[in-house]
Amino acid sequence: MGPGARYALRSVASGLGTLLFVVVFNFFLFRMLPGDPIGLYTRGRNVPPEQIEALRAELDRPLLEQFVTYLANPFASTINSARYNQPVWTLIGDRVWATLLLVGTAIVLASILGTWIGIRAGWRRGERFDRVSTGVTLTLYSMPEFWLGMILLITFGVGVGFVPGVFPIGGIITPGVDPTSLAGVLDVMWHMVLPVTTLMVVYLAEYALVMRASLIDELGEDYLTVARAKGLMDKVVRRRHAVPNALLPTVTLILLNLGFVVSGAITVETVFSWPGLGLLSYDALRGPDIALLQAIFLLFSIGVIVANIIADLLYAVLDPRVRA
Amino acid sequence: MSVRDALPGPAEGGPATPPPTGAGAPDGPGAGPPSRRRLARARRSAARRRAWAQFRRSRSGMAGLLVLVGFGLVALLAPVLFPPETISVTDATGEPMAPPTAGFPLGTDESGRSILALVVWGARVSLVVGLAATLMSMLIGTVIGVMAGHFAGWFGVALNRFTDWFLVIPFLPLAIVLATVLGASLLNIIIVIGVTSWPGTARLVRAQTLAVSARPYLERARALGGGDWHQMSRHVLPNVMPLVLANTTLMVALAILSETTLSFLGLGDPLRPSWGGILDGAFTNGAMSVGAWWYVLPPGLCVVAVVLAFTLIGRTLETIVDPRRGVRA
Repeated sequence: MGPGARYALRSVASGLGTLLFVVVFNFFLFRMLPGDPIGLYTRGRNVPPEQIEALRAELDRPLLEQFVTYLANPFASTINSARYNQPVWTLIGDRVWATLLLVGTAIVLASILGTWIGIRAGWRRGERFDRVSTGVTLTLYSMPEFWLGMILLITFGVGVGFVPGVFPIGGIITPGVDPTSLAGVLDVMWHMVLPVTTLMVVYLAEYALVMRASLIDELGEDYLTVARAKGLMDKVVRRRHAVPNALLPTVTLILLNLGFVVSGAITVETVFSWPGLGLLSYDALRGPDIALLQAIFLLFSIGVIVANIIADLLYAVLDPRVRA
Repeated sequence: MSVRDALPGPAEGGPATPPPTGAGAPDGPGAGPPSRRRLARARRSAARRRAWAQFRRSRSGMAGLLVLVGFGLVALLAPVLFPPETISVTDATGEPMAPPTAGFPLGTDESGRSILALVVWGARVSLVVGLAATLMSMLIGTVIGVMAGHFAGWFGVALNRFTDWFLVIPFLPLAIVLATVLGASLLNIIIVIGVTSWPGTARLVRAQTLAVSARPYLERARALGGGDWHQMSRHVLPNVMPLVLANTTLMVALAILSETTLSFLGLGDPLRPSWGGILDGAFTNGAMSVGAWWYVLPPGLCVVAVVLAFTLIGRTLETIVDPRRGVRA
């Protein structure tokens, strides 16, 4: 087995280890909750007696037996969401696309803009653009993303003083509009403006800071001196030599920091009533809707763990030195 | 200035050599054979003075410090500025959701309490939770990091793996799950942030411990029969501490942001609202749909100011402690 395969195997194994840890943690943590579990799982809802019987039978089994069942397939939960009285994974499946649309758009825009700012600031470190942009990005980085969303919502959604509120104050589409028609698509895009701007601005700050730092790390390297000594133009040295190397850590960091993206999605979707997984998490936690909360935690963790494995593998493909 | 100069504590020089830059220290070479402890103390205070002189030269670091001192004073003086009954829901005197007036410079909330008073009292909660959570996470992170770096065998590997696991689990979902199980209270939110945010510190400390362990003076300590505890507490820890302190300042910024987010989601103490708790109140009581910007703007601005202040101080300290890392700041 070559060193590359061994490296890949190791990072996948480490990811699976984390996954197992999450599953075990997720199972036992919620079994520690005080009080009658039936009450917790069915909170404030009329449940047919036969369903309660089934739930009690499920929860009365020995803990180890329950755990083995859970371990065999963590996605086959027999416990319904307390709030919606539906299987939790059906609920999650309905909400995934809205989140992917919102977060995906924000990440694409933020990574383009953020790396551009980071490159410009880092290449001419200490000059005016750098000082201004670093100040702005640090301030944005210090900002709770949901607060920025609330401010944007009040200013451009509701309207303050002479600023008229032109954008919708929440939701993904105007009720009654067909989402498959052209008008529907435009309407969804119109609803996306404020939440995407909020998320983009916050993600952008992180990406710009990371890109700037990794470009500055490259600045002292010998190959740049060589490139300059060859008489290459500054622009070419930057574009052909420095940036490709500096992009490497940035790309992987974007993938590694998916947990940070998830946090943003939860609070910003809440502020804009965006019907995705983030709003579902908020509803689940306000209940609290234990079964749903458990499933969402598992899903987010899996997403982040998979992104980490991809980041590890990608890094090895892009930078052969890592594999050694 | 090299990394070693900035590190207080037993550096590589043997006890017989006088401090290299101890010109201001009481025990100069002419003051007779100085005791080891006094020598160490003099060297440490010289290092501290040097660090402070360097810190003072940083404009952003000093600006951050000034902002923090201001907020600290306001938080301490809260009971003097606004008696506790001004933020009680039942004793509120203002109109509900009223815009700023002379009597209520920042307007009122849904039960007629002054937003200014709420924000001043919120400073206490936000700062205390941020600092306490950081202290907890720093303790856990340092202990695990030093042990993971010091013990080379399976124990160190296991600790390192454990850190990696925790590092990957997304913070907010984990914190939400923990806070739901523990219940909403000030102490619980401190525990939740402390327990979820230590892996970064642990990783940093482990790397530094590994670097320190390779130095000759640790080999000397081992050769003289120093046990694990002695090596870790007397040699490794003092050399790791400066980096931990710089990291801690950055951690406080993150902890305050985390606290704000968790409180906004309704996981804070409802009777003692932090800045995030005030924002939760604004959100759930419909401040946004009536355009009550005075309810939303001030607490968020305070969070930004304090978090930015801690970040600027942390970055300045990082440059002082570890100039190679610091060039990027």
